[in-house]
Amino acid sequence: MNKAKVMAGVKKYTMIIALILVTLFFTWKTGGKILLPQNISNLVAQNAYVFVLATGMLLCILTGGNIDLSVGSVVCFVGAVGATLMENKGVNVWVSILVMILVGTAIGAWQAFWIAYVHVPPFITTLSGMLVFRGLSNVVLQGLTVSITNEFFVKLFGGGADCYVPDFLGGGEGLNLTCMIVGVIACAVYVIVILRGRMARAKKGYEMEALAPAMTKMVVICLVILAFTYKLAQYKGIPTALIWVMVVVFVYGYITSKTTVGRYFYAVGGNEKATKLSGINTERVYFIAYTNMGFLAALAGMLTIARMTSAQPTYGQNYEMDAIGSCFIGGASAYGGVGTVPGVIVGAVLMGVINLGMSIMGVDANYQKVVKGLVLLAAVIFDVVSKKGGKN
Amino acid sequence: MKGISKRFPGVLALNNVSLTVKAGEVHALLGENGAGKSTLIKVLGGIYIAEEGEIFIEGKKVTIDGVKAAQANGIAIIHQELVLVPYMTVAENIFLGREPMNGGFVNIRQMTQEAQALLDANGMNIQADALVGSLTIAQQQMVEIVKAISFNSKILVMDEPTSSISDKEVEFLFKTMRGLTAKGVGIIYISHKMSELEQICDRVTVMRDGEYVGTKVVSETNKDELIAMMVGRELTNYYTRDFQTPGEVVLRCGHISDGKMAKDASFEIRKGEIVGFAGLVGAGRSEVMKCIFGLTKNYTGEIEIEGKKVHVHNPIEAMKYGIALVPENRKAEGLYKVQSVKYNSTIEVLGEFIKGIFVDSAKEEAITQKYIDMLSTKTPTQEQLIGNLSGGNQQKVIIGRWLATNPKILILDEPTRGVDVGAKSEIYAIMNELVKKGMSIIMISSELPEIINMSDRVYVMNEGNITGCLDRTEVSQEAIMQLAAN
Repeated sequence: MNKAKVMAGVKKYTMIIALILVTLFFTWKTGGKILLPQNISNLVAQNAYVFVLATGMLLCILTGGNIDLSVGSVVCFVGAVGATLMENKGVNVWVSILVMILVGTAIGAWQAFWIAYVHVPPFITTLSGMLVFRGLSNVVLQGLTVSITNEFFVKLFGGGADCYVPDFLGGGEGLNLTCMIVGVIACAVYVIVILRGRMARAKKGYEMEALAPAMTKMVVICLVILAFTYKLAQYKGIPTALIWVMVVVFVYGYITSKTTVGRYFYAVGGNEKATKLSGINTERVYFIAYTNMGFLAALAGMLTIARMTSAQPTYGQNYEMDAIGSCFIGGASAYGGVGTVPGVIVGAVLMGVINLGMSIMGVDANYQKVVKGLVLLAAVIFDVVSKKGGKN
Repeated sequence: MKGISKRFPGVLALNNVSLTVKAGEVHALLGENGAGKSTLIKVLGGIYIAEEGEIFIEGKKVTIDGVKAAQANGIAIIHQELVLVPYMTVAENIFLGREPMNGGFVNIRQMTQEAQALLDANGMNIQADALVGSLTIAQQQMVEIVKAISFNSKILVMDEPTSSISDKEVEFLFKTMRGLTAKGVGIIYISHKMSELEQICDRVTVMRDGEYVGTKVVSETNKDELIAMMVGRELTNYYTRDFQTPGEVVLRCGHISDGKMAKDASFEIRKGEIVGFAGLVGAGRSEVMKCIFGLTKNYTGEIEIEGKKVHVHNPIEAMKYGIALVPENRKAEGLYKVQSVKYNSTIEVLGEFIKGIFVDSAKEEAITQKYIDMLSTKTPTQEQLIGNLSGGNQQKVIIGRWLATNPKILILDEPTRGVDVGAKSEIYAIMNELVKKGMSIIMISSELPEIINMSDRVYVMNEGNITGCLDRTEVSQEAIMQLAAN
């Protein structure tokens, strides 16, 4: 392998390499504590909302570096509405869930309308939303905390003490068999999909990735999946929140990379004029991006109140910043048109590991913020500088 | 400049290049895209630092290690893309960064007066206190020139100054340039337009693949020799066109108007025909095409496609009627720069390989490959980012994108702008092939030679109206200009 190839590889997998280095650093600093099954499990459960919001935020950012500042407030408001309905008004849990989804999506559509069809800058529209829905959350909750006692709801969205998928297969002490089996199945499905893809290409005579690196990549990914599920199995199994995150990641990963609508997000962010000239309704693309953000904010709201088993007027603060940060750390371009769901997930995990590692080390919360801020800046500086280098 | 070499990671952009410019001459710098012209100019302007080579000004060796050093040595560059602040006045732009001060405050009156004096001295009818954004492109260019002169420049570099201004404005530009050379300024002039060389340039230096090819006196050379020097081979058939008898009418337009730039345009296109649209910049040619392609919401007039009257509301409908439009400004209206060749090739025809949630990526690649082969686009892989291709190859990808929609009528708006000579010739050959297969092509172009050599008929527009239609037998530069200028 020559030097240029190695450099290209390093560039492509920068964030994964950074993630490995950061994990190694904290493993050393915490004496291996960060890799304890319980901590890995917490990493997922604690950050579920970030994964969900960052995925939605990616769509907004793709359209041209536009962000949504309102998500934290929307998360809080949706949670407030749901908690009030379920606990104070005694509404059926399914109806409450439906109402929460509708409320979130409607808020998204409200903001999306102004952004897409009246061309109010997204920054302003969502800044307004941030204030409005934070205020309304307070109004709905009357400034109080509402505890969530509905066990079904809490379990469904992965909160409370027993927020794990039960072990159907009755594995022994210290190893959740269901979780392990799921890991093995995931690996098998992944391998089959890759191999079938290769076979289809070989049959039609298209060129493909060389065998050795492709195999290496496959083995590494399988090992990571197995190690991850093994760690989870050693604790209490699959956190319920992980199921939600996985569904969101897969669905949106597929939409952005494979569907027509997905490509339109990249088109609008890449060159809006060219997209208009192609007869694509660019306004509708904006509308979908922001409406969808409201929908995912509703899901994140449900995950949040389930995890906390309560709704408070202060929930969701700075969630928008976590989501935006994950996107940019994960390689989304601040000018739009560039970014992937897997990249954003790596960005979110990186943030999560840094958070968790510092918490275990007992770093003061204020310094944690300083570190997170600097990491975000470093990631974007790297992005900008490496692009400059590539241009010449 | 002597023996200049500049290396970028992986490529030797300049290899031992020399260039001599005399005081008071206009020296043309010719070469295909990627020949190294811009790099050489950037070395002169202090934007890049060369690894090897020396620069002498008036016999003295100088070190240019930054833009400030270049300015101090009397070098000024007018870039292709104008770099003025639209929300500031002409005077503010001219004195940007070196405003006359008065006790900590900018002396606006003095600044405006000095700027006006400079403008007047160069015969420019521009108000110093006008906002730059309110000026035409040509006027903005004049402001750039005045700004350059105000540095007392000895060497002025102009990078494709005529690419976006009309012929009348070009004349004024040339007059201004002659005024400058009379004062002893040496001008380095970069242009793709051969016809301009004879008009304005004294000597010409040709570059190819980062190397110096040769320097000629313009009056002692000719176009064919220069093109041969640029491409490194003889281009025997620069224009490929096998004229045939056109078929039935496929598109008839009557009194098309958008109420602004396009006023009254009536014309028809037959099967297997290339129809040229000539006229000055701003004559309304692109605007008429935008009406036909459904990009103008409320146009008036009639459009008849294959005998059926239609109203085109949006580009999707236009594509259904078999119309495709390759836009004028590739960068702003065509390219997805950060996306791959594949993405750029297939964005119009996603429906052919994406059905609901199922993607046939093999078909996607097959479509991409079909047009790469058909247009002989040079790209290392389909995954290559289109921004890394040369202008000519970018244009081929964009043309391929629209050919993929299977159009009956292909509208090409300035198809060879910013495309180097070799690729231009290839694009002409492709157009010839397409009409032979029965497609109809509308070509808008400001380059008269390509209009004259490629078109069956030429419509000429002036101020939103079609002022005439010239047959292949009647068409000539003079005839077109007469109709275009009125």
